[in-house]
Amino acid sequence: MSTETPSTGKRLNRIGLDVSSYRGSKTTLCAGCGHNAITERIIDAFFEMGVDPKRVLKLSGIGCSSKSPAYFLNPSHGFNSVHGRMPSVATGAMLANSGMLAIGVSGDGDTGAIGIGQFVHLMRRNLPLIYIIEDNGCYGLTKGQFSPTADLGSKAKNGVVNELPAIDTCALAIELGASLVARSFSGDKKQLLSVLKTAIAHRGTSMIDVISPCVTFNDHDGSTKSYSYVKDHDEPLGEISFIPYFENIEVEYEPGSTTAVQMHDGSKLYLRKVAEDYNPSDKIAALRLLHETARRGEFATGIIYIEPDKDDFIDTLNLVDEPLALLPQDKVRPGKAVLDEIMESLR
Amino acid sequence: MTSPLPSVEPAETAERLDVVNDFSIQVATVNGSGSQTANLVLLRSIFQMGVPVSGKNLFPSNIAGLPTWYTIRANHRGYVSRKKEIDFLVAMNAETAREDVLSLEPGRAVVYDEPLKLDALRSDLVFYPVPFDKIVAAVCPDAKLRRLVKNMIYDGILAHLLSIDLKEMEIALGRQLGKKPKAMQLNMGALEAGAKHAAEHLGKRDPYRLERMDQTTGQILVDGNAAAAMGCMFAGVTVVAWYPITPSSSLPETLIDYMRKYRMDKETGKATFAIVQAEDEIAALGMVLGATWAGARAMTSTSGPGISLMSEFAGLAYYSEVPAVVFDIQRIGPSTGLPTRTSQGDLLFVALHSHGDTRHVMLLPASVQECYEMSMEAFDLAERLQTIIYVMSDLDLGMNTWMSEPFTYPDKPMDRGKVLDEAKVRELGASWGRYKDVDGDGIAWRSLPGTGAPAYFTRGSGHNEVAQYTERPDDYVRNLDRLARKYDTARTMVPRPIVQGADDTDARVGIIGFGSSHWAIEEARDQLREESGLRTAYLRLRAYPFTPEVDDFIRRYDRIYVVEQNRDAQMLSLLLMDGEAQFAARLRSVLHYNGLPIDARSITDEILQQEPS
Repeated sequence: MSTETPSTGKRLNRIGLDVSSYRGSKTTLCAGCGHNAITERIIDAFFEMGVDPKRVLKLSGIGCSSKSPAYFLNPSHGFNSVHGRMPSVATGAMLANSGMLAIGVSGDGDTGAIGIGQFVHLMRRNLPLIYIIEDNGCYGLTKGQFSPTADLGSKAKNGVVNELPAIDTCALAIELGASLVARSFSGDKKQLLSVLKTAIAHRGTSMIDVISPCVTFNDHDGSTKSYSYVKDHDEPLGEISFIPYFENIEVEYEPGSTTAVQMHDGSKLYLRKVAEDYNPSDKIAALRLLHETARRGEFATGIIYIEPDKDDFIDTLNLVDEPLALLPQDKVRPGKAVLDEIMESLR
Repeated sequence: MTSPLPSVEPAETAERLDVVNDFSIQVATVNGSGSQTANLVLLRSIFQMGVPVSGKNLFPSNIAGLPTWYTIRANHRGYVSRKKEIDFLVAMNAETAREDVLSLEPGRAVVYDEPLKLDALRSDLVFYPVPFDKIVAAVCPDAKLRRLVKNMIYDGILAHLLSIDLKEMEIALGRQLGKKPKAMQLNMGALEAGAKHAAEHLGKRDPYRLERMDQTTGQILVDGNAAAAMGCMFAGVTVVAWYPITPSSSLPETLIDYMRKYRMDKETGKATFAIVQAEDEIAALGMVLGATWAGARAMTSTSGPGISLMSEFAGLAYYSEVPAVVFDIQRIGPSTGLPTRTSQGDLLFVALHSHGDTRHVMLLPASVQECYEMSMEAFDLAERLQTIIYVMSDLDLGMNTWMSEPFTYPDKPMDRGKVLDEAKVRELGASWGRYKDVDGDGIAWRSLPGTGAPAYFTRGSGHNEVAQYTERPDDYVRNLDRLARKYDTARTMVPRPIVQGADDTDARVGIIGFGSSHWAIEEARDQLREESGLRTAYLRLRAYPFTPEVDDFIRRYDRIYVVEQNRDAQMLSLLLMDGEAQFAARLRSVLHYNGLPIDARSITDEILQQEPS
């Protein structure tokens, strides 16, 4: 690997890699696609957090969104799987090697329609996985059909009106047991970066719904997921500051206006409040916020819910510390005495 | 069809004939009545007497209330397939009793619940009326338990009528109830009361009885699903994902029991395995593929409807070349079909599982021993060939109780296939490509995440040799041709067929069979030879793709009967698809698809009917 001798002058992260180690192949998505901005933030977040790309698994389903793992973290193993079924593949991969850090990229159709079943059960299991929905409310690769997150009454280019209410994937994820739930906007560099860094530090399912306008099919006046609509209706929960455990910076936040959350790995998440009584560890408050903002036609963005110490699926299954995939034969094939014992019981 | 027993007055039967260690018993009861313990005690007692025995549960898709039949066959020659004729009926189910009795051949025996008054139905059978309610009331004070305990009374009756030592039944009961002294005492009381009643009131008038033999010494009794579960554990499986479905569920459930007992890490007390009950079969296979992609040994177990749901992932696994082991415990389907009835009906679907150009490898176990051994073999082959290996069992093999020689401990280390390690990375260097065939066998070297080996991006069929996305026609064709080459490599690695009777130069007729049909075919060959002088050779397929032995066999015989348990001659279709066209006219079908396990008599009759006279 060329990373051992990085070219001089480039900024290196704490494990000595420059940002090129976090880049991927050239994107084939439309120019200006929100998904590309998300890809950029993923690259930044993994670089700034100093994550070893060799320890990362990239997974996706099918759709425009699901192409994007090819556009970041080239040194990581990636798996572009089946439409709506990335959660199961990610689950198997993490069970096989729980020491990895997994990031799965899905879309609103991939998650909310064909993949809703697997999404539901992924959230229930709280698998250690960063699950990103690149949410543009429509199907891009098949040319602009509505997805289940398209808002009620929004109009497609061909004039068809969406007559069904949207699924709120954040509310669903909170309800089902995901231990970190966030919503952000592909155009909000700062917030999205903080959310992603928090997710990297978190152990458990981090479900991040990123509104990402489709410049080709859904960035017009009738759309509630256009740039202009989201810019006007984004209601940030407050400024997020994420301090990784390795950056021992003393941050002064005024008591009363800030909530500090201690992450599993020792990092700290600071939320500067907009709403005075908002507590991101309160499930009911989180659901109320989502419903209230939705009623006003707004998007609450930021870290909506977090439960840093919840058992993840690896804990639940009580797995050995070594990756199951790499256990030697003497750990996985019981001795002859065991077979003899079973045979005796069947005589 | 003529009965081997003459139609005579029942009273004379015992004097005229004595049928020792060669008959079938059918217990007709109601699902959920708790008869399974009594039936297994009966089966095991015969086994303990050294008499070859098999047991088949013919049950409905229902928790309680519908008719169910348990058939036990004792046979001194070792025949263990289902016997078509019932010799000894235990009629406990009022709903089916009439039909059960009317379907018997003359001269057979019936133990029945006295109030059913079955003896009025026919005069050519031996009837033994038993007042079950009266007997059970005397030995079981708790009225709630009587329905269960009643079953042990027919065991006691049969012990007397068939000459089974009550001591054997006590031992067998002990194995069922283990350390439950109260239950043991209650059931033994019922057994003894049944035997006593028979001794005092039922004069032996039928010809059937058991005598001790030494044909089961050292053997085990087990079902195919448990055997496969053992195979998976000793194969070193680490990730299991499954969804409940009859008749597959008992495989992962038995595996859970074994793994919890034998696969917890001794130092930490933690699990060296993950077993997940998935939300459906799609997720089950998805989890398996994620796990094997990341380097684990992973499996799932299902039946036809699950196979249907797995189709898309199966295609992805084929093209992305991710290993997996999938058990298909075949049954009749789909959905509200006959989920508790056996079948070999998934062969064509699985051979070509998924859309587009896909070809899969199937292993075809015929015995519980092969369920065990082929499970281990499947994991080695899956990792060696980087593809799905399907183990095609069925309900008869998977859920019924079979005798077997004890299983042997694996003598080969696990074959993890072509996985890049540091040495291989150095050797291949920059020339490594995930889908590059450097060894000429169509199998490329794969790398595992988290091992430091170079990464690649996994996707479906649109990739070139270095795993980059491509839609170029030449790349696509090259990849497909390599996959075909890999399939030819599989042909050299799968279990070879087993041929019997090849040295019989007079035989002009060949039989091809596989899976659970094997036992009925063996018996049918004896029937054909002994009753009709028809000599046959027999090739038992053990895998798909076919190996060269199959064409050699077909070339050697004038007529080849392909025996299978489906309507559409699926195995014959595969033989026609892959075999030499000029021999197609030699292939004929013997088909059995009524949901009951295949029997020898049906095969014999069908072959004789098709043979030129």
